[in-house]
Amino acid sequence: MAIDMRQFHQTFFEESLEGLAIMETELLRLEKTAAGNGHDTVVADPEILNTIFRAAHSIKGGSSTFGFDEVAAFAHVLESRLDALRDGRLRPDRRVISLLLSSVDCLRSLIISARTGKEADKNAIDGVRTQLESLENEGKTTTASAAPAKPALATGTSHWHIVFRPHQRLFQTGNDPLRILRELSDLGEFTALVDITTLPVWNEMDPEECYLAWNIELIGPVTRETINEVFSWVVDDCTLEITARAVQSLAPRSIAEAVASMDAHTDTLRVSVPKVDALINTVGELVITQTMLSQLTTNFSFDNLSRLFAGIAQLERNTRELQESVMHIRMLPLSFAFNRLPRLVHDMSQKLEKRVELIIHGESTEIDKTVIDRLIDPLLHLVRNSLDHGIERPVERVAGGKPETGRIELKAFQKGGNVVIEIRDDGRGLPFDRIFSKAVERGLLSASAKPSPEEIIEIIFMPGFSTAETVSDVSGRGVGMDVVRNNIRSLGGTIEVTSQKGHGTCFTVRLPLTLAILDGLSVQVGVHTYIMPLVSILESVRIQPEQISRPAGSAELYGLRKEFMPLLRLYELFHVEPRSTDLSQGLLVIVEADGKKAGLYVDDLLGQQQVVIKSLATHYRKVEGISAATILGDGTVAMILDVTGLIRLAHAGTGRTVIPPGDAPITTAVSPTLN
Amino acid sequence: MQTARAFDHKAMQSSEEQFLTFRLHGQDYGITILKIQEIKGWDKITPIPNSPVYVKGVLNLRGVIVPVIDLRLRFGLPEAERDVFTVIIVANVNGRLAGIVVDAVSDVINVSAEQLCEAPAYEGQENREFIKGLAQVDGKLLVLLDIDRMVNPESLDKSTAAASAVAAR
Repeated sequence: MAIDMRQFHQTFFEESLEGLAIMETELLRLEKTAAGNGHDTVVADPEILNTIFRAAHSIKGGSSTFGFDEVAAFAHVLESRLDALRDGRLRPDRRVISLLLSSVDCLRSLIISARTGKEADKNAIDGVRTQLESLENEGKTTTASAAPAKPALATGTSHWHIVFRPHQRLFQTGNDPLRILRELSDLGEFTALVDITTLPVWNEMDPEECYLAWNIELIGPVTRETINEVFSWVVDDCTLEITARAVQSLAPRSIAEAVASMDAHTDTLRVSVPKVDALINTVGELVITQTMLSQLTTNFSFDNLSRLFAGIAQLERNTRELQESVMHIRMLPLSFAFNRLPRLVHDMSQKLEKRVELIIHGESTEIDKTVIDRLIDPLLHLVRNSLDHGIERPVERVAGGKPETGRIELKAFQKGGNVVIEIRDDGRGLPFDRIFSKAVERGLLSASAKPSPEEIIEIIFMPGFSTAETVSDVSGRGVGMDVVRNNIRSLGGTIEVTSQKGHGTCFTVRLPLTLAILDGLSVQVGVHTYIMPLVSILESVRIQPEQISRPAGSAELYGLRKEFMPLLRLYELFHVEPRSTDLSQGLLVIVEADGKKAGLYVDDLLGQQQVVIKSLATHYRKVEGISAATILGDGTVAMILDVTGLIRLAHAGTGRTVIPPGDAPITTAVSPTLN
Repeated sequence: MQTARAFDHKAMQSSEEQFLTFRLHGQDYGITILKIQEIKGWDKITPIPNSPVYVKGVLNLRGVIVPVIDLRLRFGLPEAERDVFTVIIVANVNGRLAGIVVDAVSDVINVSAEQLCEAPAYEGQENREFIKGLAQVDGKLLVLLDIDRMVNPESLDKSTAAASAVAAR
């Protein structure tokens, strides 16, 4: 019976990619021990080697079962080298480890190509395979010979495409195509496809005639002359086409890029069994409650009222639990995003000739899958930035009285309804003077301006801003800090920067736990209901009219305990009719975002509730001051306020004009100077 | 039943297209029926702050947030009182939903290629880009609208920019 194997493919891909991640981690660990004992070679921990071997072995097994022959063939070569490592026939020095890391990349791209159907970079893979195969022999001479550190690959590797079409009389001249093919196969990586289109039917065939032709791919350090030589005996008895194909070498840069662009966006989710168990449990309880309630209502009398109330309370609890467990399914540990950083740091620090230690804390902190997927790129960028701009070269560090090895520290933890991720380095800190002069040069600031450190930091988030003199391989490639901030903002998060000259920089990213549900406070403005995210609310106060001031006739400021903040009348911003324009009739909700505060004037507070976030942009577009919409209990739609945007509006004073209802004069919001 | 079959048969026979027709300020309009998802009665609409006047707000369509456009205001006509005939036509344009408020829906009719003619150039034709063509049906003039253009995000954005420019003045 034929079984449709395709149903297992997805699982195989996922498991293989996971296996590759494990191999990568373990290989890096192996290298770290090498760096630790100060020697280039390592006495490898057999357990590490076994783990790596097992991962490679199961990829090989799986791929041959499912018919991914290319993957299987590569994994086979890799596996036999790993076996040699285990037996001690091969010593894991740095060169071997980095070759094995490249092999992991190759396997990964082969698997991704098998999954997406897109062609993998065959040349690069074949290059790595050739190196792997040559490892065995030289590995026996355990002194790490510096021989072909970058073998064939970089030195004149060519890819030849040969069409060899012998004339039918070839045999009669005493030539044998097999001899030619054998000779060619000795020159390098060799594949031949036989072309049998001219083969006649059996009874018309003359055994003394040649009906076959070959399409040959040859990769290796081969010149055209060498190939011509091979064919020199038959050149008059065949049609021969020799064409060179472009060779792309597997430069280190492409590895970093491959890691960065690695297919993270899987559309399936692997959920741990305890989470599913919890879900099933809750559903079970919900069913029991439902049965109880329906029994209660079939013959309802008022004697049962208290039991009905109890049942409804139970239903409420079940619903909340169910909601929580469902939300939990989407939560993944941050290690999914953090795992690819060690490799990035490894490759990049070698390239930049810097010594860096990467320390990761709190990778088990869980966050919504959607957030993780969209967090990976900004994170990679921030770490790359720290490495490229922050950490100095060893000489520079020693001169500055710092240890040779720099530190990049990643820390994740939960705080309230947010996940906070800190990326801290002990490098040179932001070059404030250079940022300033660059900003003046580009006309963003006037030379006489005296910006505060915060304002300077704001400059690095401007689109297209870069202090890099030359665009290097590693950073300054199009993606700027503005993109990072936009990505994080689109997740409802914020990013803050603190920096001290000579002591390093710290980026603090704050993200909501989930994108789907929000704890909100519903407020009333006129007949409309708006939802404010609870996380940004500090307090709400009755307005003391004497605390309102309008310095120089500008926007209103409200003084609360010796602190002044802009006062925003929501009804003005949104052009709706309020219940009252008299501030003493309503309430002021004090909100905070990005460390800035503002007071939002509303008519009334309605209550706290959890709301399901519905995007406005799906069918409409983004709206200023509104982050999304939600559906209230009565089926009507309510807008969720974008507090960060509103505060930015209030503080930046975008020169936006606000037309109050009626014929009152137009007021312009200008930036109030605070602090 | 009989008529419905005749209908289909006819539609397949020639290069006819079916249009949903509706009335707006005394004029008949038509939208190709293939872009229409459903027709709803007037429902509670939540306004979107600072949107163009003709974007009345958003509607909860079984959990999906759908923007609603008042076609009268889109065309610069006076706004009408809502009554029992007021309907919201929900259109699906390339997966994006939009509701369109019209005075009343009338019918589904077939328009053949011969009945169609291009709208001539005329005075004050700022809304001409929305008009796909004109048709003479049963002695009445029918304006066939280009729904894609009316609800596409670019057109909404462009006019929003214009609207906020007005507000800023």
